[in-house]
Amino acid sequence: MEDLSLHHLAPQPAKGAQKMAIVGVVASGNLEVLVERVLSDLECLIEIRTAAEGFGEVWNAVVADFVERYSPGGLKFSINDGGARPDTVSLRLAQAVRLMEGEQ
Amino acid sequence: MATWQLKREGRDTLIQAGSAVAKGKIVEARDAPRLLEAILRPGDRVCLEGDNQKQADLLSAALLAVDPAKVNNLHMVQSGVVLPEHLDVFERGIAKKLDYAYSGPQSARIAMMLFGGKIELGAVHTYLELFARYFIDLTPNVALIAAVSADRDGNLYTGPNTEDTPTVVEATAFKDGIVVAQVNQIVDKVPRVDIPADRVHFIVEAEKPFFVEPLFTRDPAAITEGQILTAMLAIKGIYAAYGVQRLNHGIGFSTAAIELLLPTYGERLGLKGKVASRFALNPHPALIPAIESGWVTQIHSFGSEVGMEDYIRARSDIYFTGADGALRSNRAFSQTAGLYACDMFIGSTLQIDLQGNSSTVTTSRIAGFGGAPNMGADARGRRHPSEPWLKAGQEADPDGQPLLRRGRKLVVQIGETFGEKNVPLFVEKLDAVELADKLKLDLAPVMIYGDDVTHIVTEEGIANLLLCRTSDEREQAIRGVAGYTDVGRGRDKRQVQNLRERGVIRRPEDLGIDPLDADRSMLAARSIKDLVRWSGGLYTPPSKFRNW
Repeated sequence: MEDLSLHHLAPQPAKGAQKMAIVGVVASGNLEVLVERVLSDLECLIEIRTAAEGFGEVWNAVVADFVERYSPGGLKFSINDGGARPDTVSLRLAQAVRLMEGEQ
Repeated sequence: MATWQLKREGRDTLIQAGSAVAKGKIVEARDAPRLLEAILRPGDRVCLEGDNQKQADLLSAALLAVDPAKVNNLHMVQSGVVLPEHLDVFERGIAKKLDYAYSGPQSARIAMMLFGGKIELGAVHTYLELFARYFIDLTPNVALIAAVSADRDGNLYTGPNTEDTPTVVEATAFKDGIVVAQVNQIVDKVPRVDIPADRVHFIVEAEKPFFVEPLFTRDPAAITEGQILTAMLAIKGIYAAYGVQRLNHGIGFSTAAIELLLPTYGERLGLKGKVASRFALNPHPALIPAIESGWVTQIHSFGSEVGMEDYIRARSDIYFTGADGALRSNRAFSQTAGLYACDMFIGSTLQIDLQGNSSTVTTSRIAGFGGAPNMGADARGRRHPSEPWLKAGQEADPDGQPLLRRGRKLVVQIGETFGEKNVPLFVEKLDAVELADKLKLDLAPVMIYGDDVTHIVTEEGIANLLLCRTSDEREQAIRGVAGYTDVGRGRDKRQVQNLRERGVIRRPEDLGIDPLDADRSMLAARSIKDLVRWSGGLYTPPSKFRNW
């Protein structure tokens, strides 16, 4: 087990008004993301609990790209990771942001 | 006096010798090794029919049972090296040299034997290329083939898995060679004549049906959300963008995902009737929902697929069928169709390098090529226009004179950035190059050359290589969809951003793809059982795919 906590400043506040959402499952090669709108407008926090140790650098890269692409200002993400591949993490984070936007 | 019929006379003498163990053309299974000893001479070129699917397994065992003092140093010229016996004959010294196309299940052992010097390698071919050489410089002296049934004259019925048989027989029988067929049964009248009797010299009745491998069945239950996202990118960013009607799908989960998204996601995009209606394709079970939903007009097949026989028979509007109602496949014709009459090939691979060269060879496995290089190559002899072909040609050369500009076939490589066991799809240097160095080959076994590849699709996006103008741009376009692999992380971010602004790279958000749609509920069938249901019970999957 390894815990990581990544802070970012997003370019813009996240869209939508949903307070909270959950996506994914905790399983081998998968992950669960809990997202909450609890931070100030541009702040973004990603807390990760992962089964796979030693991948801090990849997490940093995945999260930095995510913040740049989706601008999730004001959102706190709690990730429970079962050793998912980076592409799966990216997809789940994108899905989490979409859920916070609500119906389009 | 000069004589010009030495080969025919030689063949007739050998047939006479073989007839000593036959009754008419019929040879008992236990006498098959003696037959082969009578008709084979050391150094002969032999096609031991190993196709992609159908295997002449009885004749393989018979060849392995001959006396190596009598029959040795054979030159095997066969498309598939699939059964262990295909390599055992080299261990025993019965065979010496090999020219082939595909070696899926034997890929590890064939690599080991090549390294150990047990096999003298001619070349690894594409199917069409090997078939072509059957008529020029690799004509078999003896062909050992497989069919479903024969009548007493030797007319053969190959059933749905006709595959390579007509090509092999054509080259052998019409150039003074001998054709031996193993059949599942001898009957009074065959359901249809796939091979006429005068091309067949001996028939052996096997105790059990020839072996066929279900190579094209992908269980929808194993399709991931990443593959679904990648498939949506392909459908919206390529199928729709170019209006691709005529195409070939490789095997693999990414293309199975596309097949299962056509009736759902494709329908929602209003693409029915506009894309994916005519295929050169094996009877993929995953295409059943699209067929049932009215997407598909016509399919020509290289071979058949285990369990699809009744479905095909009941859907003769879609498939090519014979007078008996069953599928008629033909690998040589279908490969030609894929090469000349399809506007797109889309398939997966194991490794892609920085210039887009791809290979399924790793340092310990030589899987061969099969048909992908024919499907995945621009046909330089093509002359008929079509919308996707012209558009691709225009993208590659926007300043060329339209009336003199070649079109381009769309050659799409699709896959997740990390494959099975988290092995990266993208590499700085192909294992194939290392292998060629080690084996001192003149050519590295490249599946599809980078200059033929037009698009690479991963879950991160689509790289359109037609729009790249320099090799540096090409490299950055590839890095730009290589995700978090080392190759992907080695990208020049500014250059990749610039390529994205030019539309060379397109991300899911650039195409308006909602990540929430990347969900298994989007698949038209989520299990093999769903496919059976879609087929109205006509599809009968082999037991290894049944879990109910």
